[in-house]
Amino acid sequence: MTANRLAESLLALSQQEELVDLPKDYLLSGSEDEGDNDGEREHQKLLEAISSLDGKNRRKLAERSEASLKVSEFNVSSEGSGEKLVLADLLEPVKTSSSLATVKKQLNRVKSKKTVELPLNKEEIERIHREVAFNKTAKVLSKWDPVVLKNRQAEQLVFPLEKEEPAIAPIEHVLSGWKARTPLEQEIFNLLHKNKQPVADPLLTPVEKASLQAMSLEEAKMRRAELQRARALQSYYEAKARREKKIKSKKYHKVVKKGKAKKALKEFEQLRKVNPAAALEELEKIEKARMMERMSLKHQNSGKWAKSKAIMAKYDLEARQAMQEQLAKNKELTQKLQVASESEEEEGGTEEVEELLVPDVVNEVQMNADGPNPWMLRSCTSDTKEAATQEDPEQLPEPEAHEVSESEGEERPVAEEEILLREFEERRSLRKRSELSQDAEPAGSQETKDSSSQEVLSELRVLSQKLKENDQSRKQKASSKGTIPQVQREEPATEEEEPLLLQRPERVQTLEELEELGKEECFQNKELPRPVLEGQQSERTPNNRPGAPKEKKKKEQMIDLQNLLTTQSPSVKSLAVPTIEELEDEEERNQRQMIKEAFAGDDVIRDFLKEKREAVEASKPKDVDLTLPGWGEWGGVGLKPSAKKRRRFLIKAPEGPPRKDKNLPNVIINEKRNIHTAAHQVRVLPYPFTHHWQFERTIQTPIGSTWNTQRAFQKLTTPKVVTKPGHIINPIKAEDVGYRSSSRSDLSVIQRNPKRITTRHKKQLKKSSVD
Amino acid sequence: MGEVETAPKPGTDVPPKKDKLQTKRKKLRRYWEEETVPTTDGASPGPPCNKKNRERSPQRPKNAHILKKSRISKKPQVPKKPREWKNPESQRSLSGAQDPFPGPAPVPVEVVQKFCRIDKSRKLPRSKAKTRSRLEVAEAEEEETSIKAARSELLLAEEPGFLEGEDGEDTAKICQADIVEAVDIASAAKHFDLNLRQFGPYRLNYSRTGRHLAFGGRRGHVAALDWVTKKLMCEINVMEAVRDIRFLHSEALLAVAQNRWLHIYDNQGIELHCIRRCDRVTQLEFLPFHFLLATASETGFLTYLDVSVGKIVAALNARAGRLDVMSQNPYNAVIHLGHSNGTVSLWSPAMKEPLAKILCHRGGVRAVAVDSTGTYMATSGLDHQLKIFDLRGTYQPLSTRTLPHGAGHLAFSQRGLLVAGMGDVVNIWAGQGKASPPSLEQPYLTHRLSGPVHGLQFCPFEDVLGVGHSGGITSMLVPGAGEPNFDGLESNPYRSRKQRQEWEVKALLEKVPAELICLDPRALAEVDVISLEQGKKERIERLGYDPEAKAPFQPKPKQKGRSSTASLVKRKRKVMDEEHRDKVRQSLQQQQQQQHKEAKAKSTGARPSALDRFVR
Repeated sequence: MTANRLAESLLALSQQEELVDLPKDYLLSGSEDEGDNDGEREHQKLLEAISSLDGKNRRKLAERSEASLKVSEFNVSSEGSGEKLVLADLLEPVKTSSSLATVKKQLNRVKSKKTVELPLNKEEIERIHREVAFNKTAKVLSKWDPVVLKNRQAEQLVFPLEKEEPAIAPIEHVLSGWKARTPLEQEIFNLLHKNKQPVADPLLTPVEKASLQAMSLEEAKMRRAELQRARALQSYYEAKARREKKIKSKKYHKVVKKGKAKKALKEFEQLRKVNPAAALEELEKIEKARMMERMSLKHQNSGKWAKSKAIMAKYDLEARQAMQEQLAKNKELTQKLQVASESEEEEGGTEEVEELLVPDVVNEVQMNADGPNPWMLRSCTSDTKEAATQEDPEQLPEPEAHEVSESEGEERPVAEEEILLREFEERRSLRKRSELSQDAEPAGSQETKDSSSQEVLSELRVLSQKLKENDQSRKQKASSKGTIPQVQREEPATEEEEPLLLQRPERVQTLEELEELGKEECFQNKELPRPVLEGQQSERTPNNRPGAPKEKKKKEQMIDLQNLLTTQSPSVKSLAVPTIEELEDEEERNQRQMIKEAFAGDDVIRDFLKEKREAVEASKPKDVDLTLPGWGEWGGVGLKPSAKKRRRFLIKAPEGPPRKDKNLPNVIINEKRNIHTAAHQVRVLPYPFTHHWQFERTIQTPIGSTWNTQRAFQKLTTPKVVTKPGHIINPIKAEDVGYRSSSRSDLSVIQRNPKRITTRHKKQLKKSSVD
Repeated sequence: MGEVETAPKPGTDVPPKKDKLQTKRKKLRRYWEEETVPTTDGASPGPPCNKKNRERSPQRPKNAHILKKSRISKKPQVPKKPREWKNPESQRSLSGAQDPFPGPAPVPVEVVQKFCRIDKSRKLPRSKAKTRSRLEVAEAEEEETSIKAARSELLLAEEPGFLEGEDGEDTAKICQADIVEAVDIASAAKHFDLNLRQFGPYRLNYSRTGRHLAFGGRRGHVAALDWVTKKLMCEINVMEAVRDIRFLHSEALLAVAQNRWLHIYDNQGIELHCIRRCDRVTQLEFLPFHFLLATASETGFLTYLDVSVGKIVAALNARAGRLDVMSQNPYNAVIHLGHSNGTVSLWSPAMKEPLAKILCHRGGVRAVAVDSTGTYMATSGLDHQLKIFDLRGTYQPLSTRTLPHGAGHLAFSQRGLLVAGMGDVVNIWAGQGKASPPSLEQPYLTHRLSGPVHGLQFCPFEDVLGVGHSGGITSMLVPGAGEPNFDGLESNPYRSRKQRQEWEVKALLEKVPAELICLDPRALAEVDVISLEQGKKERIERLGYDPEAKAPFQPKPKQKGRSSTASLVKRKRKVMDEEHRDKVRQSLQQQQQQQHKEAKAKSTGARPSALDRFVR
């Protein structure tokens, strides 16, 4: 029905509009009757279509109440079209008149006013009231949540609650509460009085007071003027900055930036000279900026702007440039700073060429991988490397060897000039070295001499290789003196046989070295864990040690009981041997006792093992046999239930945890539960804990005074709540915790007069009731 | 229980000072605070540009940022977080000088570590916020208390003595006469000999404070004296064989194991009790924190007598024949008994069976001693061997030595020196420090006595070893034997009678129940897991469901027709399957790990041969 009504009202509206529209149509096109007729038909169709929108698709027949003509001059008929007459249509004249407007307005108002709904029944109203009141109260009370939480978590609450006093009183407080009593003190105070020193209130001497207040008018004026000037200057500066900021010229900004950078550089240089520490800080800042840059995606052509530019870059030169600029900036920012150290700088003063070369070489070793093209770099810097290594061969022997071997293949392209240059360098370095360092190693100097001579580079390399090999072999001898003499003996021979195969022997050597090292480590590892058992053995057999490792490698998991008890332990060399009466037959007795002990010992061990086995058996959980003899089969004397049955009804006990003494053959540890001790243990987890490990952590610290200092003990055992005797404990107030008091009064009002809320929060109530 | 690293206490028992400041609440004005701002010229709202004034108020140091957690400094000399003040201005003193070392003194980490008792090696399961806060509180408390304890270690001013030979010189060659000559008179007076040849070999015992000495001769001579002042308290003859003698909790009571029964005397020599239930006692031990007197008898019974109430707590049959080797573990109050079959058994009054049995020697065990930290046990047997065992769970010998004549008596000192009495010779071995085992390589000291040794004990808190032998008593000087710092509230050698009485009451109040004796004295800080599980199970049975179980997954209702029953079921299924898969994955992982372990064990157990590849 409602849908119907709706459709109808819709209809009415459209009708109305047409009524309004009609006259205009007439005016515009009076002659076009046909068109009008057509329009009417269409309109009819529309109406029908709309009316057919009704869900049931039922076509409503036109109501026939009266046989009448469709159009009549004297009455109004609403037939045919199925339209309904609306009151407003009647009232509305063809021309809107002012006198009717008011009526229409009134009518509209009447229409817009809904019918007054039935009031809700009492229970429902009360429920709503309650809900609202609850919400309100909860909201008010939720203010207290943090306070409550804080108080709950507080280690100690002292009632009545008071604001905290500063714990430590400053010296002035202490002094001010103190009065001179003894004559000596009084005398001293007198003296102080005479000198006009502050006594009771040690705050200001009169002189100080005077000096504080002494600011003349002129001074004040001057100061004011100064301030004014400063303010004006600031405002000028601000204005200037604002103006500059507004300038849109890119070139201008570029120039400004460049200028700034230059200035900064200059300042930095100055700072370095004046205050190196500050300069370092600056450097750190730069480094930090670099780090930030490396972390961020800024300037990496990955932003929105850059992406859009990338599309354009193909065609637009500017865009390409902009992108490249950004990349360059990124590179610049992420570039590592090369800080030349002090000594290098000094060198640079004397020899600029070297200064240029040295850092390159130094960096070469580390930065090989991340340089722009390592292959290109190597060929051009191999010579510099050479120079560098010659400079300090004993410091960097390893890299040198590698570099040399690597650069062997690329030797050819090096031009003769370069060789000459290198020679020159070498000589110079040699000279410098002889001047600077007197304590250079003979080997190193020899090497440099060789290099300085006009020999072919390869020969030089051979020599250096040899030198190095010698060094290594020496080292080996030192490291593995007693352990592997055989291998050692073999080695020099191989070395001497093939000195020309440069790379091979070296590699072999290193491998062998590695192996030896590993072996040695094995020795140590094996020896460490059982110093007691193996100690005497190793002492006795120091010579056949190389053969030993294989035997020792077998690691016994179980400790052998026999071994444990029958190992010969070294006897104590005591200075004082106890005197015994019958010294003559001591040896005999010893023998006898030894034999006796040997026999007894066997017995002891067997007994113990038997005992242990029994204990293990006893502690194992027993299987439960639930077979009923005679159930389902014949029973009687001599008849046993079948194996199948027994298997079926045997409940196997779960295997318990492994015994603690599983790997300890000489120990039997009782695994029975000590119920008397368990009676003292905690058996219920207290509230917030879900696992016993958590709770155990909180009780592992002892709180008794036996284990703690007096202060700690007192702190650990302070009561959770302390009440001061003789004080009234008032309920907590909003002011106590820093709230305004209004919230509380609010709450009290609610509690006292719940009915008032209905009037107060009528709107809210209504809202909720609608919902 | 025993000496579980108690907090160090100051040497004297000075009552805690009442150093609360009498602070006055009156709000005070400081000299840098202007009482009346001169408003005559309103031009200068800021501080007056007075150079003098500015100089006088030093700026707060910039690096005064507050470190929250690092209370312990890594290096001992680095100053720590400055003390925080409620009022920033109060940091300034009257003179304007600043504390060059603000805040409390730093504490070295190692010392703090010693007092930390929470086992952090175990990783806890995920916990709720509330639980976490509790745990944090516990950890903070631990840290604070351990720092306090570490800081108070500063008060332990005394250092242990030592004996150092000149280069290459063996300290064992130094004889007592040399030592006595070298030390001061007071210490030299501590070396003495009592020639008591008449009443046979002597057993002796020092009181817990180390001030009193009691000894009993085999032929009935019993005496107690203040051995420092040599003041005799009592001397009697009980007209019966005396097997052992021991002080009870204080020097006022004396237990004597006589031929038939156990007797208790007071310091006047008056017989107070005759305990007939302890008969034919051979050895006595007193457990000071439990007030238990443990007696080992010829009949093979180990009897615990509670001396505070006079009741027998437990009488345990060791089933190993005559018991005449006994010692206590001062760390956990477990009694160690040595048997003739080469085993040492560990006993607690709460268990009818031994807690552990260790096979130590091939022959019978002659003597057992346990060091004060409860880590090492020294045993000597009929096979002439002296062994030191590790008592921390493994019970394996750490070092073994064969002695020419076997040690009949062993004793540890407070600082870990081991003494062995072999015939008429006493050998002392020393380790690296307090917590290290004595190295048996070289004896530290040796001494020859006038007769075979019958009783040995180091005097507590003194560098003195008391030896009872057939010729009487010898008190010899052993530098570095005793703990140099004593706890004035616990065992004060200089305490007066009144103090002793007070201590007695306190000690009785803090008496540890006998049932708590077990191998791990920290077991009390653990939850009884078995009862916990049992309780849980019972609760589930009672309720019919598991209240703590995770609620089964309930799919959330969804809109737009996607909440059909079929889809709900499907979603449920999905979650279930996922959980199941997780379980399977876990179990698979476990299996793999186990296999890996086994394989490892195998590979280490026997060398793999080339033929192993054919083994299937």
